[in-house]
Amino acid sequence: MKIQLLFFGIAKDLIGENSINFELNTPETVDNLKEILIEQFPNLKNIHQFAIAVNEEYADNDLLINNGDVVAIIPPVSGG
Amino acid sequence: MNYTSIKISSSNLNLQDCYNFVQDASCGGIALFVGTVRNATKNKEVKLLDFSGYEPMAIKEMQKIADIALEKFPIHKIAIHHAVGELKVGDIPVIIAVSSAHRKAAFEACEFAIDTLKETVPIWKKEHFEDGEVWVNSHP
Repeated sequence: MKIQLLFFGIAKDLIGENSINFELNTPETVDNLKEILIEQFPNLKNIHQFAIAVNEEYADNDLLINNGDVVAIIPPVSGG
Repeated sequence: MNYTSIKISSSNLNLQDCYNFVQDASCGGIALFVGTVRNATKNKEVKLLDFSGYEPMAIKEMQKIADIALEKFPIHKIAIHHAVGELKVGDIPVIIAVSSAHRKAAFEACEFAIDTLKETVPIWKKEHFEDGEVWVNSHP
């Protein structure tokens, strides 16, 4: 299954892209996806933590990612 | 009637627009929070701040804050506007305006809105110094 990954803030600088099409073999939970992403993009370890948004909403760790989802890597926010 | 005004803009924010949106004959006061770019972080001179956001999601999160504020506090209207792009010292990255019949609710809702925005809205700032740049809050 295919998902789209979006990178923002420091994550965009660390990865060098703001959007990547990504292939998953099976549906994964958000928690598992985080591990897969850190494996695939070791630079993400340089952020002390990041949240995941699925289709523009913050996602709980046990949410299942589906084919076609837009998954955003959200480093600690710093607006205002 | 629309009781919330939510905006992300790459041009200068307009204080008067926010004021005009919330102003109403039924209200005894308006609380305004205006965020401004400070000239230093930990004694280091700041040249500029570069704000970027996940805009569609940021708009949704800002709308949620406004909707919750309307439920939680006896206020009339609320405006939350945020700027993106490069801002210089003294420029305005964020404005919150709240009107209410009595002042306490406006103060409280305004504080709630800016505190929550800083926790949940997917907007990031990069501080540019003379000798480099840093994403705020992002490093271990």
